[in-house]
Amino acid sequence: MPPRDRGAPEPAGQRELLTAGDVARTIARMAHQVIEKTSLGASGAPPVVLLGIPTRGAPLAARLAARIAEFSGVTVPTGTLDITLYRDDLRRRPTRPLGETALPQGGIDKALVVLVDDVLFSGRTIRAALDALRDAGGRPRAVQLAVLVDRGHRELPIRADYVGKNVPTARAEEVHVLLTETDDRDGVLLYREGESG
Amino acid sequence: MTTLLIRGATPYGEGGPVDVLVRDGVIREIADRVDADAGTEVLDAGGLVALPGFVDLHTHLREPGREDTETIETGSRAAALGGYTAVFAMANTDPVADNAVVVEHVWRRGREVGLVDVHPVGAVTVGLKGERLAELGTMARSAAGVRIFSDDGLCVADPLIMRRALEYTKALDAVIAQHAEEPRLTVGAQAHEGEQAARLGLAGWPAVAEESIVARDCLLARHVGARLHVCHVSTEGTAEVLRWAKGRGTRVSAEVTPHHLLLDDSRLSTYDPVNKVNPPLRTATDAAALRAALADGTVDCVATDHAPHASQDKDCEWSAARPGMLGLQTALPIVVQTMVNPGLLDWRGVARVMSERPAEIAGLPDQGRPIAVGEPATLTLVDPAGRWTVRGADLASVAANTPYEGMELPGAVVATVLRGALTARDGKAAK
Amino acid sequence: MKHLLGTDGLDRDTALAVLDTSDGLKRTLLGREVRKLPTLRGRTVITMFYENSTRTRVSFEIAGKWMSADVVNVSAGGSSVGKGESLRDTALTLAAAGADCVIVRHPASGAAHRLAGWLAEAGTSVVNAGDGTHEHPTQALLDAATLRDRLGDVEGRRIGVVGDVLHSRVARSNVHLLTTLGAEVVLVAPPTLLPTGVADWSVGDAGSLVVSHELDPELPTLDAVMVLRVQAERMHGGFFPSAREYAIAYGLSENRLRLLPEHAPVLHPGPMLRGMEISAAVADSPRAAITQQVTNGVHVRMAVLYHLLAGEEDGS
Repeated sequence: MPPRDRGAPEPAGQRELLTAGDVARTIARMAHQVIEKTSLGASGAPPVVLLGIPTRGAPLAARLAARIAEFSGVTVPTGTLDITLYRDDLRRRPTRPLGETALPQGGIDKALVVLVDDVLFSGRTIRAALDALRDAGGRPRAVQLAVLVDRGHRELPIRADYVGKNVPTARAEEVHVLLTETDDRDGVLLYREGESG
Repeated sequence: MTTLLIRGATPYGEGGPVDVLVRDGVIREIADRVDADAGTEVLDAGGLVALPGFVDLHTHLREPGREDTETIETGSRAAALGGYTAVFAMANTDPVADNAVVVEHVWRRGREVGLVDVHPVGAVTVGLKGERLAELGTMARSAAGVRIFSDDGLCVADPLIMRRALEYTKALDAVIAQHAEEPRLTVGAQAHEGEQAARLGLAGWPAVAEESIVARDCLLARHVGARLHVCHVSTEGTAEVLRWAKGRGTRVSAEVTPHHLLLDDSRLSTYDPVNKVNPPLRTATDAAALRAALADGTVDCVATDHAPHASQDKDCEWSAARPGMLGLQTALPIVVQTMVNPGLLDWRGVARVMSERPAEIAGLPDQGRPIAVGEPATLTLVDPAGRWTVRGADLASVAANTPYEGMELPGAVVATVLRGALTARDGKAAK
Repeated sequence: MKHLLGTDGLDRDTALAVLDTSDGLKRTLLGREVRKLPTLRGRTVITMFYENSTRTRVSFEIAGKWMSADVVNVSAGGSSVGKGESLRDTALTLAAAGADCVIVRHPASGAAHRLAGWLAEAGTSVVNAGDGTHEHPTQALLDAATLRDRLGDVEGRRIGVVGDVLHSRVARSNVHLLTTLGAEVVLVAPPTLLPTGVADWSVGDAGSLVVSHELDPELPTLDAVMVLRVQAERMHGGFFPSAREYAIAYGLSENRLRLLPEHAPVLHPGPMLRGMEISAAVADSPRAAITQQVTNGVHVRMAVLYHLLAGEEDGS
């Protein structure tokens, strides 16, 4: 999704679902959930790796890792997993540039991999991510999913393990996550039908 | 023979419209107003320019051998529709027109069709091989009365053979028409040697390959006191050589094709072989120099180099394609566009380069004559305001390889009259 | 991108996008056990080689297969091509049989352009894998990828191209691509092996083109040198007097290599004539980027297929 002109006033038909402060608080809560659910640092618990799905999953994963380190003292390795080459909708859009796939130094073999993305919608992105993960090498012990926003309308049997905020939406609406790293500010916006660029 | 009254035409585009009465193939009366008797066919020529019928020194009619691309009949139709009353059919047929049998066949077929005077060109050398002279005298004395000899398509490259050919034809009142191309300089050549061909990776056909042969042949012709005709002049340098040679009294004449007047090698970037021709399309500078040379008489006349080719020989990769373009039906419009409209030639000048000079060069006594009482009624009527869009499929030739496809051209041939008989009228050939 | 017919006219953004994709693919596949991506599943790619070039054909074939395209190889010897069928008929047949992309190598300059015209209706993409003495765009792209690997960037670099420029489609494609990417290209050759008016060619706005007949004075100024193959038949054509004289004047020997700055790599499109245009020692030295070129060739060709086949039908 294209970044918007941050200087312009928000058009009518656009609603801010999460403010910058909400985004920070949500990420912090998700960090606690990851620590708890993965028994992070406990003996016998598998090592955790966060893999962000570009574009916005990558900075989200980094932020999540920072909070986790802050709260638990455990540094979880992070990386990125680009799914462009695995998408099933390539021919519906102009050619996409590739994103970055960068697995952490120690790899993902036997790790508990948490995929991180900004919005969970149809589930197709996550399916592509699972395919990409399989080809990327190594065999994770388990794969989990963390998303900042779950907006519903799943088309595949996929659910997130960690959800920042559940947002009921109409199919025609669009949810845009903004992050300082990619969009100059934090926030989550909902665009009604025909209102988004 | 019927009587024809051409009403309201303007001879040479000069003065007011006149009526021209034709009987038994001869112009009988020219006056402001001629009354038509009963039984006289009246041709309304209001607004049309009357010119002497065009003479094409350079046509490929492909018969015998490649009747799938053109025949003497279809080519004659194209000629009549283009305003031509005489055409010279080049010798590179299969079999080659290097003997009396073939030239007489072509001549006879032309007479049978009867739309245009078809004069066979005889080959200079046996089989166009450039090795030994064909029986020039026998062809000259045959029923076809050959007066132009050419190995066109190939150059008579051997200087000794060329010298002998020039010398020998002095006794025959004939002329050698040289396809000037030094073959050692054009091995594998595909396009004009210049920036365009170099970028496109097409082997170059350098201007000097033409100019050096023209210079040599002018020197040879002067040395032996013979006449020389240079086919399809394509470069500025050749025009300069001709100017120099004529200036020192060499008996040399030259022709330029309509496509070399109009088109240039910028068209090659599509690699569409419809633009492939020999000599190749040159630069825009060359085309401008050729227009100037035609205007000042350095180049004597326009000849079409009408060269029909089958679609499979054009709808292929560039290097596999045969060189050549259709030209008979588009020649006058191109001359109007490149010479008349820019003011380089008036209609008197068009008569000179399309009819009078070529008839003189070929020694045709009854073509290129003045439009005057007592002269043969061999005329072309042109609508100077006419415009038409070229469609290869609509041309009379069997082949459709026109480079002007889709182009809107000025000047339309409305009627062609050969010795008093209408051979073409309003876009339809008489037979 | 609908076709890749040449680098002449290929805009800078598209060229960089292909090179970036190539880099991305290389990183993606680095160290993988399974070098297979599902991206072009169900797409059919046909290679049509009217000239023998095992290296280029195999490179395209691997590229297609690693992207999961179905790759079919047609060679002039083993098909109706050998029976005199026209290029046009062959192309239309392959398109009718369902080819999404035709990769063509042909001895006639412009063959790929003609093919693209005939296939316009079918919507089949055409990749020029070398046409006569015209262009070989994927070679130039893989050369640019290699230069980026070795030098970081092509922009502002001075790249020497030495040898038979006249007959080289590799040289033409490199001249256009490298200047578009902002390099200064120095063509070094005897006058008989340079194309007409090449010094005046309009090339990529961002770069420039100069011509020289002497190699030694240029070498210390170059950031890379690309050595072109010299075919023996050119000697018989009288383009230069002897192989010996050519090697003395233009061959990249060990001594000459010392004139080249330390950072400057040596590229060669292959196949090499060792002892003629390049000495064996130079070809085998770490300065030579020749195997890197081959590796990049696969990734660049994958990237080209991606940009041709993985976007919208009527996408740019």
